[in-house]
Amino acid sequence: MNEPWSFAGRTTAAAPVARLIEELHRLPGIGPKSAQRLAYHLLRASGEEAQALADAIIEVKERIRLCSQCQNTTDIDPCVICADPARGQVTICVVEEPLDILAIERTRGFHGVYHVLHGSISPMEGVGPEQLKIRELLNRLRDGTVTEVIMATNPNLEGEATAMYVSRLLQPLGIRVTRLARGLPMGGDLEYADDLTLARALENRQEV
Amino acid sequence: MPRPRVYKTDAIVLRQRKLGEADKIVTLFTSHGGKVDAVAKGVRKTRSRLAGHLEPLTHGSYLLAEGRDLDIVTQAETLDGFPGLRADLDRVSRSLYCAELADRLLPSRSEANPVFRLLLATLGRLDQETEIDQAVRFFEMRLLDELGYRPRLDSCSVCDRHLEPVDNFWSSAAGGVVGPECASAVIEYRRLSVNALKLLRLLQRGTYVEVARVRISGDLGAELEGCLSGHIEYVLERQVRSAAFVETVRRSAPAIKGAEEAVTYSATTSTGPGA
Repeated sequence: MNEPWSFAGRTTAAAPVARLIEELHRLPGIGPKSAQRLAYHLLRASGEEAQALADAIIEVKERIRLCSQCQNTTDIDPCVICADPARGQVTICVVEEPLDILAIERTRGFHGVYHVLHGSISPMEGVGPEQLKIRELLNRLRDGTVTEVIMATNPNLEGEATAMYVSRLLQPLGIRVTRLARGLPMGGDLEYADDLTLARALENRQEV
Repeated sequence: MPRPRVYKTDAIVLRQRKLGEADKIVTLFTSHGGKVDAVAKGVRKTRSRLAGHLEPLTHGSYLLAEGRDLDIVTQAETLDGFPGLRADLDRVSRSLYCAELADRLLPSRSEANPVFRLLLATLGRLDQETEIDQAVRFFEMRLLDELGYRPRLDSCSVCDRHLEPVDNFWSSAAGGVVGPECASAVIEYRRLSVNALKLLRLLQRGTYVEVARVRISGDLGAELEGCLSGHIEYVLERQVRSAAFVETVRRSAPAIKGAEEAVTYSATTSTGPGA
């Protein structure tokens, strides 16, 4: 991924600037041109502005860790969601990535707690169940307070496989395992829907 | 600059990997052009028209535009999404294993229509039939055949002598079965029972229908798997990643076997078990 792409020999920029460009170039979605533009922007910016950026970067690296309960990224443990007394502890919504929590929170339709797996089962890439936070999930279910686990993994092959695997593990525990419904997206087009989505949508149709 | 060219092909989606913000690179196993990597733009957005048709283990019809480096998927339509295979963990894990073998063993852009038909038929079997492990063994054996690694099953791979109906040995390094006297001449070998040898011969020469008719016990199944999967890893010179997942899934199998009823949605399979 990050092949050594040195600017040192290619630009006439001073060594510190070249180093900054190189560091920025490592970031996802930042090409050589963008890296140069950002570097020169920072060069022109005030000292405080640059310091604020540097501090922010250091702070996330130093203070952010995983919540001991839900495995979400947090600065306090347990995280704000897990510690919130207004949230029901009987329902756990299992997601792949921390960003998925933000998406579900935006709907304001879920009042339970979460569990982040940090990935999905993807055998060809060498990601098996052992690499995910599945054991941590099983530990949370041990005391019997949780009555329902909602599998909110992505509706693709890997996400489905993960959901099926987890539900297989939970079966003996007698906990209700549900899966997010699959159907047609808002603003979608029936003509372009794939067979599987359409079949599910038809199957789970609702009274208007 | 040459004019952009588009071409239509049917293909099986072997795998995907993320590219940038919303795109993916899909590896397509095309029916007549072999393995092709193509960019599918915007498929990670919920409203993508392509996404559902580009899931791994889908047989679809695709319109590709030739790009400078990678081709670009412009239209996609599912021919068979194998819904039965997707709804069952045991079937998914084995299908992914087969897809990984095809992906790892085939070179890019080199025509491999017999392997394409073999994989398509195998996915159809993993979607519909009950003897899924037999379908995988059949795939492995025939894949080795197609790629030129046909194991030797009639005479000793070392001394060429006729094999007696006793316990023989299997050696990937020697390229097949080895008689008891020659076993010490090869570096690694495993014991091969008479029944396992018979089944290997059936897998190599019989039709799938004949193979599926045989009842194979757990131990014998494990023996066959050890030989064939081991042989493939020997040929590949590295581990097949999905094989570990097949094993994990097998271990997690619920105790209430037999009561399992895969939820199948009105299957629209058009591919027969033939081939």
